[in-house]
Amino acid sequence: MTFTLAIVIAGIVMVALNAYVLLAGADFGGGVWDFFARGDRQQAQRDLISHALAPIWEANHVWLILVIVLLFTCFPAAFSTIAIMLHIPLTLMLLGIVLRGSAFIFRSYGSEHDAAQQRWGRVFAIASIVTPVLLGMCVGAVATGAIGGTALSPSGSFASQFIRPWLTPFGVGVGLLALALFSFLAAVYLTVESEGTELQEDFRTRALWAAGAVFVIAFGVLALSWTEAPMVREMLMAGPWALPLHIVTGIAAVTAIVALWTRRFRLARVAAAAQVTFILWGWAAAQYPYLLPPTLTIQSAAAPDRTLVLILWALAAGACILLPSLYYLFRVFKLQRRS
Amino acid sequence: MRDILAARSQMGMSLAFHIIFAVVGIGMPALMVIAEYRWRRTGDAGYLELAKRWARGTAILFAVGAVSGTVLSFELGLLWPEFMKQAGPVIGMPFSLEGFAFFTEAIFLGVYLYGWDRISPRAHVIAGIMVAASGALSGIFVVIANAWMNTPRGFTLVDGKFTNVDPIAAMMTPAAFPQTLHMTLAAYAATGFAVAGIHAMMLLRNPRNAFHRRALSVALLVGAPAALIQPLAGDVEARYVARQQPAKLAAMEGLFQTMRGAPLSVGGLPDESARRTRYAIEIPHGLSLLAFHELDAEVKGLDAFPRDQWPPVAIVHLAFDVMVGLGTFMALVSAAVLLMLWRRREIISLRWLMIAIVACAPMGFLCIEAGWMVTEIGRQPWIIYGILRTADAVTPMPGLIVPFLTFTALYCFLGIIVVLLLYQQVLRSPREDETFPQQAEPA
Repeated sequence: MTFTLAIVIAGIVMVALNAYVLLAGADFGGGVWDFFARGDRQQAQRDLISHALAPIWEANHVWLILVIVLLFTCFPAAFSTIAIMLHIPLTLMLLGIVLRGSAFIFRSYGSEHDAAQQRWGRVFAIASIVTPVLLGMCVGAVATGAIGGTALSPSGSFASQFIRPWLTPFGVGVGLLALALFSFLAAVYLTVESEGTELQEDFRTRALWAAGAVFVIAFGVLALSWTEAPMVREMLMAGPWALPLHIVTGIAAVTAIVALWTRRFRLARVAAAAQVTFILWGWAAAQYPYLLPPTLTIQSAAAPDRTLVLILWALAAGACILLPSLYYLFRVFKLQRRS
Repeated sequence: MRDILAARSQMGMSLAFHIIFAVVGIGMPALMVIAEYRWRRTGDAGYLELAKRWARGTAILFAVGAVSGTVLSFELGLLWPEFMKQAGPVIGMPFSLEGFAFFTEAIFLGVYLYGWDRISPRAHVIAGIMVAASGALSGIFVVIANAWMNTPRGFTLVDGKFTNVDPIAAMMTPAAFPQTLHMTLAAYAATGFAVAGIHAMMLLRNPRNAFHRRALSVALLVGAPAALIQPLAGDVEARYVARQQPAKLAAMEGLFQTMRGAPLSVGGLPDESARRTRYAIEIPHGLSLLAFHELDAEVKGLDAFPRDQWPPVAIVHLAFDVMVGLGTFMALVSAAVLLMLWRRREIISLRWLMIAIVACAPMGFLCIEAGWMVTEIGRQPWIIYGILRTADAVTPMPGLIVPFLTFTALYCFLGIIVVLLLYQQVLRSPREDETFPQQAEPA
């Protein structure tokens, strides 16, 4: 593998997507646990989730915008194909994003615990469940090769061109996997956020259940990939890096579960984030060198070099502002918690 | 409804909705940080209350702006995939920079809103300044991308393909400076006067209310200077349009015949089939003077362009007149405000001026909506002026009326909720028994 400019930038897009999944993914997961808030401490659970999300969710959300902007600037051919073929699930996902964000802020700033606030809480929770599934379905559709491989023609039916490519059992499987992963991340993070309170046990139980769900769904998706995403499955089973990848993912998953079991929550947080990261990069590696298999490679979709060079400079300059600012944000709200 | 019309309607509606929140995201942080600064300097708790309320308002509006902005970044591709495929590498640069500016804004808004008792006073004010500055910057970057659509540069067109792409040249287009200047001033003028107008209304009912008095003074401090110099920025912009987009200028002015010493048509109804503008008040030589600063300069009319390259004339002309009319009124009110302050008169005691300020409350936003209609509809039938037609850029996906109606319904609904919440959280006068809250965090 030679590191051309396009591949370096594709790597950066993956890093941004990775950050989105680990940070904003957990925010969606928070909404899932808001939906499943149960028992005597249900209000306390919701308050903790809301408190954990409030200062950071908007910054976390911007990672998605960065991914989109990099995609249309650096890989315009891929972006336009995705935008055409996945118009419907992306539009539905946007509705979810709008409703989730608005409902969260409406709930936070509504008057105290009244009926309207509860309704907004419901909207927030349901949108938090639906949006990750749609995001996962879009990823799944790309992995099957249906997005890169379907040629539009005026004679083709609407369903065969704009619905069937993404509405597949495999796509739904990946959507559910995304939902399970996000819920898992959120529950694990919340065990750390709830340190010293009885809520910690609530989220520990939830994290363990979510880990189980991830395990079951992941195997289901793998089974479905046999027929539906053969190229990706082949690479995942037989690629040169396949075995090491499965080993590190497995180690991370087991570590996360053992750490949760033995109540070492900070270790569990690191392990859970690592597990999700490995799964994401496993998908990227399985698709390499394709951006949209089976036709569009990273190289063939790339913008002219001059654009890529300038974007690299812009990213470097942007990172100099972004990374210290992000560090500051998380230091103020996440590290100084107990002070 | 044809798909192209549905796509244009959805884009227009999304922009019209988002621009309000984007503008507030530029203007409100400035108000809130000035109020906090005054509180820190004077210890006057009324300013603290203002800063906190405005911060709450900013939080609500910023959240809706962030998600509606996300919708737009997707819609560029969902509705205009061919445009993004061609233009992405050319104008991705300002969008990327905007991404970072927006990131900075989101991060420091989080710090500002939830950090009242977590960071030092100085750090808190700096966080507020960061929000205000990055908000303005992200607006500027987006407008630079739009300027490119009006005056595309930084590429060579070979067989309909963009080659020799130069993203830096694409940022330095003739439209970039006039458009960003005009829009940034508009953001401060609109937000400042919207806030000033609302509090002026409260003061007309209850002139002694110290809370609304402070609010009015900060809001006018931001809004009045911006509105006063806006006509100059408008002149800079009009002269660039005259040179770079003569068809747009002709539509703005309802000018069908090319002529020397062209008159300025105020009002009136352009009739495209009869090729004349009826019922307008004509100011002799006015247009030549404004567009080229010469009494007898030649101004191109629509007759200089093939019929299929005309923008819709009537709507562009009327939107332009609305913008100029309301903008002029705001500039005059600003001049009166500054004159009265200079003469050390108390504005609150001048009922006529207070009523005029109330009247200005919606005008800035109406101007912005009208101004963007002029820019965007006036560029038609092009999505990239002179290069790519809007009709050739639209997605092949059929049934676009469905997402258009869905987003319209959603945005109408969100708009109503936002207005209700703002009333509850920001505008309602503090009750007598209400102490100034120490916690900025919502429950």
